[in-house]
Amino acid sequence: MKRLPGLLALLAVALVALTFPATSSAAEPQASLPQLEDEVMCPICGTLLGLSRSPAAERQRVFIRAMIRDGADEEEIKDALVAEYGPQVLALPDDEGINLYAYLVPILGFILGGLAVVWAVVRMRRNRKKDPPAGKPGPGPPSSESERLDADLARYDL
Amino acid sequence: MNLRTSVVILGVAGLLAFLTWGLISAGDSGLTVGDPVPVATLPTLPEGGEASLADFKGDWVLLNVWASWCGPCRFESPALEQFERENRDRLKVLGVDTRDLSEDAMKFIREYDITYAQIRDGNGDYADDLKTTGVPESFLVDPDGNLVAHYPGAFNDIESIEKFAAPALEATAAAGDEAK
Repeated sequence: MKRLPGLLALLAVALVALTFPATSSAAEPQASLPQLEDEVMCPICGTLLGLSRSPAAERQRVFIRAMIRDGADEEEIKDALVAEYGPQVLALPDDEGINLYAYLVPILGFILGGLAVVWAVVRMRRNRKKDPPAGKPGPGPPSSESERLDADLARYDL
Repeated sequence: MNLRTSVVILGVAGLLAFLTWGLISAGDSGLTVGDPVPVATLPTLPEGGEASLADFKGDWVLLNVWASWCGPCRFESPALEQFERENRDRLKVLGVDTRDLSEDAMKFIREYDITYAQIRDGNGDYADDLKTTGVPESFLVDPDGNLVAHYPGAFNDIESIEKFAAPALEATAAAGDEAK
């Protein structure tokens, strides 16, 4: 029972770390084309920019490279792309309608997972309580069996 | 039939129904002649204003969807510009620059010395409303805003544009004769 608060605290820390990983880094991320190619969509292909070699995608790359050269950070480049192509250019689902589930389901998953772990720990602790306490042996084998065991062991006594 | 079998059969039937619905929805492509052509108020090119197909109500309109990264759009542009200059008293040409960078679009407009009105459909929603299958694509719209003809792909020359726009050219010519 003494370990339960510790486990719960560990679980809470893990949940916070998984839910808000970005808050730990204060510095603005350095923009790079390969990274942005995995975070923005090609405007005509319906795929990530990194997967497309269409003429429109090539123009988008030229645009991103020019902004990186001018010293723009990742957020500034994304904002500029949204201004050009609309929010669909970001490889993130909308936070409206059915797309909202894309955000809610992982959070619900974490919460349910956490509750499942807590429930399993509590259940384990309860089961342990039902077990006989250590140091108090059970009934053991019948006396005839004990005698036979002692005799067998005595034969190996050197 | 036990409960488990019923559930499996219902599941398979549901999946098939879902796939069939998807196929039917995907087949719903293209506007039909006579249908009202969708309108959307969009930023103009060059920037600074807004315009819509609805602003041209009362005129015949050749709506041309294009993008600067599109090779065939480059190919047809000189002919389209020439056609517009020769027929601007009979119909309007409205360009819709779609899924394009505004700077690239402006370069394109300057390069081909395009003088007709342009609207910018950066996110491609208007092209989707028009149910385009690519670029370039052109739509002939009557003065009531209904679709008269649709041309997917690039016009080869000015004659092909005149042929496509013939209903507009004939209607305006007839109206001109009556006026005399």
